[in-house]
Amino acid sequence: MSLLRTEMLSKEFGGVSAVDSVSFEIPPGVVYSIIGPNGAGKTTLLNLLTGIYAPSGGRIFLRGEDLTGCPPHEFAQAGVARTFQNLQVFFNMSALENVMVGRYLRERCSLATALLRTPGRARAERACREEAAELMRFVGLADWLGARAEAMPYGALKRLEIARALATQPRMLLLDEPAAGLNPAEMHEIGELIGRLSSRGHTVVLVEHNMRLVMGISDHVLVLDYGRRLAEGTAEEVRRDRRVIEAYLGSAAGSDGKARNAGARAH
Amino acid sequence: MRSWLASPRTGGLAALAAVIALLPLGLVNNYFYEVAILVGLNAIVCVGLNLLIGYAGQISLGHAGFFGLGAYGSAILSARFGWPPLAALIAATLTVALLAHVIGRPILRLRGHYLAMATLGMGVILSIVAATEDHWTGGPDGMSVPPFTLFGTSLSGEGAWYSVVGALLVAAVWLSLNLIESPTGRALRALSGSEVAAEVSGIDSARQKLMVFVISAVFASVAGSLTAHYSGFITPSKLSFFHSIELVTMVVFGGMASTYGAVVGAAVLTTLPQLLTVFKDYEMVVFGAIMMGTMIFMPKGLVPSLGRLAGTAVGALRGGKGVR
Repeated sequence: MSLLRTEMLSKEFGGVSAVDSVSFEIPPGVVYSIIGPNGAGKTTLLNLLTGIYAPSGGRIFLRGEDLTGCPPHEFAQAGVARTFQNLQVFFNMSALENVMVGRYLRERCSLATALLRTPGRARAERACREEAAELMRFVGLADWLGARAEAMPYGALKRLEIARALATQPRMLLLDEPAAGLNPAEMHEIGELIGRLSSRGHTVVLVEHNMRLVMGISDHVLVLDYGRRLAEGTAEEVRRDRRVIEAYLGSAAGSDGKARNAGARAH
Repeated sequence: MRSWLASPRTGGLAALAAVIALLPLGLVNNYFYEVAILVGLNAIVCVGLNLLIGYAGQISLGHAGFFGLGAYGSAILSARFGWPPLAALIAATLTVALLAHVIGRPILRLRGHYLAMATLGMGVILSIVAATEDHWTGGPDGMSVPPFTLFGTSLSGEGAWYSVVGALLVAAVWLSLNLIESPTGRALRALSGSEVAAEVSGIDSARQKLMVFVISAVFASVAGSLTAHYSGFITPSKLSFFHSIELVTMVVFGGMASTYGAVVGAAVLTTLPQLLTVFKDYEMVVFGAIMMGTMIFMPKGLVPSLGRLAGTAVGALRGGKGVR
């Protein structure tokens, strides 16, 4: 059974279709990439898949459960976690606490036990702290265990968001442009991290501009253009698809599709 | 041992308890006690209000309404219906909790200025009700309140009140510190950090906001009930917009998202008008100036700013590493 399935998913903003009747299925355990030129509707789609936007039409199923119209926290409960293209870090907290927030759904905690800090609660708190620290080490933030989030550099914050998302123990992890703004070395490390996530059995949905990253690690690629599904298949199939080349990659598959596309759109 | 002392939940609480225990040495007469008790009662309100404003990032300009409702609830039930004060306090608190829940549900959907306006409106309505329903409340002239009794013995004398309020303040601070270092407390702080990130982490923001709104209203209500019994008289000024602003100023001045900051803010801004009696007519001007000064010169508030300064100094002493 597919992990996630959408049926004719659409989102309009004031009559303009950002996502138009998109249907696809994501099987469990894969790295599934969503690519497309700027304004293709990738981030809108991600916002639909996490409940931040309610769809104008169509349905979303996670493991057969209809989540259409549910608020984001119910998507999280169903096992969907994400990171953000423009960082959404809790800058009023420490790095470790940011990750601990991700454990929220896994911590059984009534208001009374929280207020009174029962011995059981205090133990659970220490365990939560330790698990959050473990996740920070996993994403490569061992040096930042004691840091405040506001003191961390951009690249580290991107990883922090991944650690926070992992802390929810998601069935599906959505990464919104994890490599944007990173230098080549950092980008390589992020690619490696996604590989490690995948080998641990995580289902990763990747929205990314960087073709080298996408083509290297994706099991399956969905191409959007003007909010519609343009093509999908393995990285190799998509790379050869003539419609994709025309719409997005330009005349030759390269890593700077964005710039070429900007030129193509001008015609 | 060192970490025990450095932790706000243990070392800080011990320090607060020590200050409260030792302060009577400096309280030379009843007037000093009276100020100290008012500081304690205001501090309880501010600790609760800080959970809402400081940690969860939601504004309320109507908390004097909950304070006054607790005060009038206790006053009316004990004076007009002869309820035992403790029962009256509990009933008033439950009523306020229920009311906060009912009012909070629609208005906490609002954000920023809109939430500020809605809570302000709520406070104004409650204050008008207190001033006009004079057969219950005594109207603008206020009403007298019988002394607080506990299991038949009446709580009288400044020393006894001081002990009770001091103990309650320590309890309030303890509860607040516990809450903040729990999944629920982190959820609240996450809301003020990034609401969308909190939501996708599984936090039901509407529910959490409502919960902290009710908790802060309960803190205000309990302090209001006790204030009414302690001063023996209550007027609608306790529900006024100005009182709401005073409370918010205490929280902001002391330091948002700092439980001890709320206590310090309440202490300074309750004591200040007593020292500046000459400026009585300009009290609101002074408060406004303090609010503006805080916002401009130390937007994080007194205690966090001092903490940062101390951290930098310690860092410099340890070899110029500074605080990250």
